[in-house]
Amino acid sequence: MSISRRKFLGWLGAAGLSTTLSKAASAATTKHFTGYPDSVGVLFDNTRCIGCRKCEAGCNKVNELPAPDQSFDDLTVLAQQRRTTARAYTVVNRYDKVNHPKGPLYGKIQCNHCLEPACASACFVRAFDKTKIGAVTYDETVCVGCRYCMIACPFEIPTYEYYKALTPRVMKCTLCYPRISKGLLPGCVESCPTESLTYGKRRDLLRIARERIHRFPERYVDHIYGEHEMGGTSWLYLSAVPFREVGMREDLGVTPAPELTAGALSGVPIVVGMWPVLLTGIYAISKRKEKIASAEKEQAVTTAVEQAKAEAEAQLAEALAKAEEEKKKAIESEGQKALKEGDKPQAEEADKTETEEDS
Amino acid sequence: MSEDTATIGKSYFTPFNIIAGLIVIMGLVLTVIRFTGGLAATTNLSDYNPWGLWIGFDLLVGVALAAGGYVTSAAVYLFGMKKYHSAVRPAILTAFLGYALVVLALHYDVGRPWRLPYPFIVQQGTTSLLFEVGACVALYLMVLFIEFTPVPLEWLGFKHARNLVVKLTLLLTVFGVVLSTLHQSSLGALFLIAPSKLHPLWYSPYLPVYFFVSSIIAGLSMVIFESTLSFRFFKHKMDESHSAEKDTIALGFGKAASFVLAGYFIIKVIGISAGNQWHFLTTNYGLWYLVELLGFVALPCFFYAVGVRDKNVTLIKWTAFWTVIGVVINRFNVSMIAFNWHLPSSERYFPHWMEIGISVFIVTVGLIAFKFIVTRMPILYEHPEYKDAH
Ligand code: SF4
Ligand code: SF4
Ligand code: SF4
Repeated sequence: MSISRRKFLGWLGAAGLSTTLSKAASAATTKHFTGYPDSVGVLFDNTRCIGCRKCEAGCNKVNELPAPDQSFDDLTVLAQQRRTTARAYTVVNRYDKVNHPKGPLYGKIQCNHCLEPACASACFVRAFDKTKIGAVTYDETVCVGCRYCMIACPFEIPTYEYYKALTPRVMKCTLCYPRISKGLLPGCVESCPTESLTYGKRRDLLRIARERIHRFPERYVDHIYGEHEMGGTSWLYLSAVPFREVGMREDLGVTPAPELTAGALSGVPIVVGMWPVLLTGIYAISKRKEKIASAEKEQAVTTAVEQAKAEAEAQLAEALAKAEEEKKKAIESEGQKALKEGDKPQAEEADKTETEEDS
Repeated sequence: MSEDTATIGKSYFTPFNIIAGLIVIMGLVLTVIRFTGGLAATTNLSDYNPWGLWIGFDLLVGVALAAGGYVTSAAVYLFGMKKYHSAVRPAILTAFLGYALVVLALHYDVGRPWRLPYPFIVQQGTTSLLFEVGACVALYLMVLFIEFTPVPLEWLGFKHARNLVVKLTLLLTVFGVVLSTLHQSSLGALFLIAPSKLHPLWYSPYLPVYFFVSSIIAGLSMVIFESTLSFRFFKHKMDESHSAEKDTIALGFGKAASFVLAGYFIIKVIGISAGNQWHFLTTNYGLWYLVELLGFVALPCFFYAVGVRDKNVTLIKWTAFWTVIGVVINRFNVSMIAFNWHLPSSERYFPHWMEIGISVFIVTVGLIAFKFIVTRMPILYEHPEYKDAH
């Protein structure tokens, strides 16, 4: 009775597992977040950028970052590909091997302020916040320094102050959150001499970008990078050449990062809910098996004991019968021997069943 | 036991003690460097490579190899395989030490280790798989601690407390399995968020399943491997049933490992087919993937099966060792070797010697603790007062 009930529960659990799984999967894919309405962003247009590094200088200044190794006027650093570091929230790179009539193109790298940031979904202490205004901010007062955000960011943006022994922080562009909250322009945008950077509501920026592509189809590739990449980002890009030629990955897909882990996370309540049921079920079954086995063993032992007893008695009787014909002395010794022999098989039988049970 | 303490008392300068002592001294020096000079002074970590050996080995491998604890206690207490009973305590001890050392190692790796409780007491980042890992590891460490307490309690002679804890065995075992399922799989799921960085042959939506299944393999193999080592070095500490059951355990666990490896092989192949990643197999990474899949999954699966069929315990032991290496390679591949594969070689990570030094130090601390406990407490033998009390 108890077995079948447990088994039934187990099957029920297994069935529940599969239905919940499929539900969770579809729930994860139907959710679509297109960003906070009226959130802001920046549009970068590489057909206008002249690689002057003024944005780097502006960013350094407004964020009070340490002075760079080489001055921002020194354009020789452009010979190498650089990335964001703990001392530079943004860097400009030059791309020489592009198929562009007007020579090399430039790219600007900084946090893209994703609509659904990988960094924020990865942080186990919620140090990142996608603010209503659009900036992804970081709270150094809670950060543990696990650096999972750096693993998670598909754009390889967050950096770490590895050189600090006790107070290392994750460093990344803040979209100048303190400034834009006050209505000021981001430092980099303000210092750009060519209007390669346009600050505004993301909705408007998308419209502007589309217009530029529409008006100068020969000048741009027909794609706004960041509109959908990784579920969309607050920074948007226009380019004269395919984006992969200016160091931007085109294989990231449009799935927002949180969706990548949604399936695994939805497994948690299933495991927590179902495992104990299944495991106690299994335990009950094995316990029941054990009970049956031990009952069988007991049965076997009693039968063995009874058999041995009967044999011993028979032998004793036989011996006694024989003894009647013998002398009194002989009768006694024979009787004892028979008794001893009768004991032996009994003990052996019991031993045997025990070892069988053990193996 | 008293003889043993006497022999230890005679000479502290055994080869083990000397080497372990030197490593501990080195470890303490490196610890000072780590916490005065920061991660930059001791590691090769970079902005591209935020996770290195301390995550790849100390966390991922450490947790996988400590899986023997939940695998064995589940087999014995839930699945009723009483004949493996003598494997439970060594496995629980290893798991407990393993997890304790994982947590210790994390203190070196994270930037501000004193904030490690923050995710639980300050702000919960529940969308993070790392949160799940952290929560489960913390809880499981507690469970393992309680599961382990009967040992010191027997040693110290606290009968009542000991019997009380033993009564909780079933509950603790179920708890342990739930928590282990969650965090073993979540360790793999950590990498789900980075499809653009992990090589497609290793990246798979099935990563959590792979990590969970391979943790069972690691657990089974570690129990065999460890009992071999224990028999070699602590033979005098083993009672009859432990020595006698040793081969039964090797055969039983070897058989189970063979089956699970076969299943693991199949789901790996399914994963590659589902993602249609076959074309990568002809590249260098593909070759390396095949080495892992054929050399460290298919091959040990086969050798375990042969070993069990021929009752060849020696073969099983060597296969267990080989399988453990295979799990280490797998974790290294996912976290380091195939991670950031798209970057130019100048940006790739290779551990600093001090990172290796700290990892060796931590493993050594574990060995010292293991030795200390095994030579004093009822791990490899049953305490005479509690015989048959299980
Ligand atoms: S670009 Fe990277 S750091 Fe910036 S919001 Fe997106 S995931 Fe976070
Ligand atoms: S390093 Fe800090 S911000 Fe990044 S995931 Fe860890 S706790 Fe969060
Ligand atoms: S938005 Fe501000 S923080 Fe970000 S790159 Fe520009 S100046 Fe720097």
